[in-house]
Amino acid sequence: MGAKFDVKVLTRNKVFLAGLIILFTVAVVAVFADAIAPHPYDEMNVSLALRAPQPRFPFGTDQYGRCVFSRVIYGTRIALGVGLVVVLVESLIGVTLGLLAGYYGKKFDKIVMFVTDLTWALPPLVMALAIVTMLGPSLINVVIAIAAVSWAQFARIVRAKTQALKNMPFVEAARAFGEGDLNIILRYILPNVLSPIIVLSTLTLPQAILSTTSLGFLGLGAQPPSPDWGLILSEGKNYIRQAPWISIFPGIALVYTVLGFNLLGEGLRDILDPRLKL
Amino acid sequence: MSDLLEYAVRKLIIGAFVVFVVTVVLFCIMQLMPGDPIQLISNPRIPPEKIAELKKHWGLDKPVYVQYFYWLFHILQGDFGTSITTGQKVITLIQERLPYTLLLAGGSLIFQYIIAIPIGLMAAYKEHSIFDSIVVVSTIIFWSIPSFWLGILLILIFSLKLKLLPVSGYDGLSSLILPLMTATLPNLASTLRLTRSEVLEVLREKYVSTAYAKGLSEKRVLIFHVLRNALIPVTLMFFLYLPWTVGGAVIIETIFSWPGMGRLLWTAISSQDFPVV
Repeated sequence: MGAKFDVKVLTRNKVFLAGLIILFTVAVVAVFADAIAPHPYDEMNVSLALRAPQPRFPFGTDQYGRCVFSRVIYGTRIALGVGLVVVLVESLIGVTLGLLAGYYGKKFDKIVMFVTDLTWALPPLVMALAIVTMLGPSLINVVIAIAAVSWAQFARIVRAKTQALKNMPFVEAARAFGEGDLNIILRYILPNVLSPIIVLSTLTLPQAILSTTSLGFLGLGAQPPSPDWGLILSEGKNYIRQAPWISIFPGIALVYTVLGFNLLGEGLRDILDPRLKL
Repeated sequence: MSDLLEYAVRKLIIGAFVVFVVTVVLFCIMQLMPGDPIQLISNPRIPPEKIAELKKHWGLDKPVYVQYFYWLFHILQGDFGTSITTGQKVITLIQERLPYTLLLAGGSLIFQYIIAIPIGLMAAYKEHSIFDSIVVVSTIIFWSIPSFWLGILLILIFSLKLKLLPVSGYDGLSSLILPLMTATLPNLASTLRLTRSEVLEVLREKYVSTAYAKGLSEKRVLIFHVLRNALIPVTLMFFLYLPWTVGGAVIIETIFSWPGMGRLLWTAISSQDFPVV
């Protein structure tokens, strides 16, 4: 696999390159938000409410006179942060269960697959809605809710790959050398399921961002005055006649970021594993 | 054949079990939520005796499992219970809302397949052509647009700027167009993608070469040999993604104030009206 990560191979894939460039700009904005944003995201000034875009407020102001541009800039941190944490949590759960179920098989496999099917059968957003309502609306609970309903894809793919790998000669050789199960799973099987995990992670990250903002939009995610894009959009929806800019700009930022991840994921799939189906 | 029957029966049993577990989980979740529906509908000045009486009336004073079996027993008799907040029968609430959701979901599914299948077929047939590249890039773009923002954008363009279509609610066919577009476009992208990749795969099969070798016309091979086989996974996806469609309905119905099931679910969850859920 090492050779495939050749810089030339990566940059020759235009889709991957486009995704990489987009995400690089998003990451720069997130890191340097303090320097880029002209105002703090929660600085209110009611006398300047609902102003159209102008040099002082490039994206206009919202109903409390807050600078929409600054809010969108700071929102980048929330979107990226939540996306990364969600994917980290769900891939940890899914990969662990998938490896164990695929390797040990039998009863354990049946139980894991049953739970996986069950999770898959539930409408994800409805489940997330229920979990968030139970725990109360907040960003951390949104992370929990989304991770709890979306680890199933990881478990399925990793399990299938593990099943195919565990009877390969090199794994049998390792077993013959007297390697323990844990060692075999971590040193022989895991490296070989890494590429679908990487592809799946980059493709589920934008989904996680979309789910977070959807919940925020429904008022169940981040709470005001947080500059979460979904939250800004749901506030802007009430002023869509007088101040459409509140709704337009966070949406563009959201689509831009999600598009970046999707392009990156598509490109990575073409490079690493063209036959992978998700 | 008997194998098939056995398989079907086994799947049905698993399916029934899944539904059972889902209801149990939902019931527990609703129970665990802080507060209870009686507190939400009654105002604080109502004396505690009255609240206790109300609780007794709704059976809320009994332990959770008793409530659950009580509810299950009624469901099996075809009684879906009564909404605690509005006092209407749940079944009438669903009957009122269901046609709207079916109209929206069904309409979007039909459009999605009518548009996605021919375009996906053409894109795959002319792989690496300009047409194909445009299709691939635009599906990735549409995939990245969240439905709620698309909805807002469409409202902005068609209702507020061009003043062609109503903003929200339901009156007549013209109010169907925007929610339908919002529901269709993102899913259209994924269906299109799948059709394309499946057709590409089938085109490489030996039986396709055989069909060509037999001297069948291009059109005949594409429609009867390639498309027929490529559509199997596409149809499968239709059923796999039904739950996602339900989830999407919640958001779209919220944006457009569409009187459907998704909105009913959302209001019911937020007011803890659990017979409805």
